[in-house]
Amino acid sequence: MSGIAVSNLQFTYPESPFRLRVKDLRVSEGGTLVLLGPSGAGKTTLLRLMSGLLLPGQGRVSLGGDDLATMPEAARRAFRLEKVGLIFQDFALLDYLTVAENILLPQTFRHSREGRALGRELAERLEVHQHWDKLAGRLSQGERQRVAVARALVHRPRFLFADEPTASLDVGRRETVMNLLLEYTSASGASLVMITHDVELAPRFSSQVRVDEFTS
Amino acid sequence: MMVAALHLAWRYVVRHRLQTCLLAGALALVLALPLCLRVLVQATEAAMRDRAIATPQVLGTRGSALDLMLSALYFKRQPLPLMEMRHLQELRSTGLGKAIPLDARFHAQGAAIIGTEMEYFDFRRLKLASGRLMTRLGDCVLGARLASRRGLGPGDHLFSTQEQVFDMAGVYPLKMRITGVLAVSGTPDDDAVFADLKTVWLIAGLAHGHDDVASGKDTVLQQEQGNTVANASVRMYHEVTDQNLDSFHFHGDVGAYPVSAAIVVPVDVKSEALLAGRYLKEDLPVQLIRPREQFESLMGTLFQVQNLALVVLAVTLGAALAITVLVFALSFRLRRREFDTLGDLGVSPADLLWTKSFEVAIVGGGGLVAALVLTAVVQWKAQEWIRLLLS
Repeated sequence: MSGIAVSNLQFTYPESPFRLRVKDLRVSEGGTLVLLGPSGAGKTTLLRLMSGLLLPGQGRVSLGGDDLATMPEAARRAFRLEKVGLIFQDFALLDYLTVAENILLPQTFRHSREGRALGRELAERLEVHQHWDKLAGRLSQGERQRVAVARALVHRPRFLFADEPTASLDVGRRETVMNLLLEYTSASGASLVMITHDVELAPRFSSQVRVDEFTS
Repeated sequence: MMVAALHLAWRYVVRHRLQTCLLAGALALVLALPLCLRVLVQATEAAMRDRAIATPQVLGTRGSALDLMLSALYFKRQPLPLMEMRHLQELRSTGLGKAIPLDARFHAQGAAIIGTEMEYFDFRRLKLASGRLMTRLGDCVLGARLASRRGLGPGDHLFSTQEQVFDMAGVYPLKMRITGVLAVSGTPDDDAVFADLKTVWLIAGLAHGHDDVASGKDTVLQQEQGNTVANASVRMYHEVTDQNLDSFHFHGDVGAYPVSAAIVVPVDVKSEALLAGRYLKEDLPVQLIRPREQFESLMGTLFQVQNLALVVLAVTLGAALAITVLVFALSFRLRRREFDTLGDLGVSPADLLWTKSFEVAIVGGGGLVAALVLTAVVQWKAQEWIRLLLS
């Protein structure tokens, strides 16, 4: 099937009492899922499992019908580079690159010259275009977060995973980012999984999950 | 993909250019030092070899043979015990070879004044670039580089340096007339002032002239009972002019006059051997050395020192490389999150390895290029520095 499917997933960290069990969780093509729950509930762990950054001990995670666990590591990386957009909680920008270079980083490693126009467009939409040639290390937290959002979208991913992408933003900018993400999923048919502590945003997603219900 | 890795590595290096330059600079130094050392030793050998081989024998006061060679051949500024002129005359009287005297005690504007005879110019195959050779007392001829550096030429004058500032009764500087400039020879002769041996003896105070103080009213302080007392306007230097030339004269036995050394040119190989044997006696106040042997001995010592230094530098290089590896390892460890992010985005381990390798290559390559440039500069300047070192 298209979209994201998680079934009978079990995951534990070595020497940790933390247990994550997900019997069935699906995000359709163009669908959106918000992961809710208190800090330490396992939201980021589940997001990383769904995006293929972590592999489950048991069960299956498939993106667009591809089972990530059965893929060789190189294929899994290539899959992420091509089809997955990631927005990290700490933005994970490279401070020695400019805003433009950070946004176009996936394209650089895909050896693709495409995306510059889209990158610029995203930067304008997210109001960081004025910093296009500035080093990422010189941006404010909010600006860095918006650059990270643009980087996740620049290669038109089929699957988008966002870990608190609005945490450092004011209300206005939060709306801008949310509108952009939701418009993108709706227009491209990409699947979005997002973590947030902002309960006001939850109703805007097609499905919601409290992750603490999956953990023990 | 490698282009992306190179781009990322280059951007990191450029962003951290100070650290990169420091690391590359440190590598450049430890790489360049052994290379420069070799270049300098080779330049020393090249600078000294031809002259040592071209000079059959040198006669001088018994003592350090090395000092004698350095002073007589390269005019190295160091006090050399003087020998009497009679030793040179004795050697000449054997008929076994020519003896060209050298007196290198005095200086002018930092350059050695070499008191010698006309034969020296033929022996060293020195040609005039302008003017003529010295023809009378007080004349001098300049080496090409000295003349060029000081902007002097025929018709100009040059003062000898007063060697003893505190000796009130000492010798006053001699104002020498420059009659010619030698053509470039690429030897220590280019940096020397050549004068007749008698001119140098004049500087040493062994000859003197008499100024006609009494006839110049400006210079007379007092005249009484046939004695003339000069006032302070009397010039405090010697100058040989056409007017006072005849008044200059030497006192005493010329055989007792000092010279620094003499270049000996034996008539043939047999004469060379005979002369060498004649001066082997330990009780003689003079010695006859073969510059070629002294040069080989000096170079042997120099090569030993070089090899020792190379061993030390190799250890230093090893330590520097180990520290560089440690610096990179720590740097990559500190940037682990950054590489993890790239991996999370889908960048392959091979590309991450290329990125790291390119960073190392840029720093290492930069260090290597800087080392080669430094070595090239040393090679370019080596001859000049060695000449300065020998002067």
